[in-house]
Amino acid sequence: MSTETAEKAIDKKPAEALLSKRRKKLVTDPLVDDNPITIQVLGICSALAVTTQMQPTLVMAISVIFVLVMGNLTISLMRNIIPTRVRIIVQLAVVATLVTLVNEVLKAFAFDMYKELSVFIGLIITNCIIMGRLEAFALGNKPYDSILDGFGSALGYSWIILAVAFFRELWGSGTVFGIPVFDTISGLFGEDFSLATNGLMVSPVGAFIILGLIIWVQRTKTGYVEH
Amino acid sequence: MQQSNAYVITFSVILTVVLGLLLSGTAELLGPIQKKAQELDTKKQILGAVMDGDELGAMKPEEVLEYYDKTISSKVVNIDGEEIENDRDGNPLVAENVNVARNYKMKPEDRFYPVFMYHEMGNEENIKSFILPVHGFGLWDEIWGFLALQTDLNTIEGVTFSHKGETPGLGARITASSVQNRFEGKMIFDEEGNLQAVEMQKGEGRDYSGEPHKVDGLSGATITANGVNKMLKNYLSHYQAYLDKKKSGEDAPVALN
Repeated sequence: MSTETAEKAIDKKPAEALLSKRRKKLVTDPLVDDNPITIQVLGICSALAVTTQMQPTLVMAISVIFVLVMGNLTISLMRNIIPTRVRIIVQLAVVATLVTLVNEVLKAFAFDMYKELSVFIGLIITNCIIMGRLEAFALGNKPYDSILDGFGSALGYSWIILAVAFFRELWGSGTVFGIPVFDTISGLFGEDFSLATNGLMVSPVGAFIILGLIIWVQRTKTGYVEH
Repeated sequence: MQQSNAYVITFSVILTVVLGLLLSGTAELLGPIQKKAQELDTKKQILGAVMDGDELGAMKPEEVLEYYDKTISSKVVNIDGEEIENDRDGNPLVAENVNVARNYKMKPEDRFYPVFMYHEMGNEENIKSFILPVHGFGLWDEIWGFLALQTDLNTIEGVTFSHKGETPGLGARITASSVQNRFEGKMIFDEEGNLQAVEMQKGEGRDYSGEPHKVDGLSGATITANGVNKMLKNYLSHYQAYLDKKKSGEDAPVALN
């Protein structure tokens, strides 16, 4: 009896800290070094589509964070009972359900956003980042780690689309979050200061250009080369 | 064991049932809130045709509904401009409940045409403008809106447009007040009294202030703009009988069941 308990005590490793180094990396890696958009080049389609303005982009970012975190958690909880042969369908069903939930909640509590975004919210289902994380991480890791991983990846996605949206809205419409920036600046200094808006920026082409510039700057700094 | 067909099928069935229950439960739970949000949205759009967008945006939901009740009266007319009080089954018609989108799918002769009248607060006699719904197709999906006419039934007081799936930043700009304001003061009839409606032009940035039937276009969204043009012309032509009647003064309600 006594030997058994002793053995168990040795076997049991000390619990990993809630935010250990490894876990922190799960969140921070996808922000820059392993960013889903700029490094893995996933989720480009929605990065192009929604980023004409900051506000819908922010809603989209929050929605993706929710769907990815919850999706990762659900799949991770079920990882031992999901039959391998139908795992993709199972992931799809879970993601589709979450996305529909987001859509319904928006329709009830933020009808204006729902009208503007419902098409794109539906398309979260096809966002490669989400299926990618479910397949590559959540299926083989514990729930808490999966939450962190999902949060990190979604955050990496979010800050890129917000950055793209910032420049597109600023140059394309002269506003940020709907506030006319140049008018406000000229109001502050009493000088006439304005910038002609660039129609290219409101078309998807503008997103390609901004995204390309962000990737360029990032890769110059990190020295990342595609193999 | 986990790979057996029986397991896979059982797993799939259970998953489907659980997810299905979750979704239908949510829809059931949120349904009334969504319906309210939708009603508020429609009333906001109707008011938006005659009110400043910022002013309307600053009002709380209850205030909007209250203001609506006090300033909007409504009726339903048919293609001949005659007022109808009952639908085909004999139930009383309420203009707010007429689904313009569903009516749009019917033949023009069979549709119900709601008319909303914006009047002085509490005084239904003193009508300030007539608000007509319009419905059509943009580039991707349905577009619709409300057009307010001044009491001369010719000058546009204001418009609101909405859409289901136009491209954000391009076609979706029809919802922006900067675009909608371009329609203010335009005329829908020419001097001979023929319906001209108002047309968005190709390109953007030109001044059409001297031309009563033209407004500046949407750069990068010509197809949406064309959709708006078609929608206005098409829907206003269905209201023409009503407008003509109203103008010539014979506006006695005709019961038609």
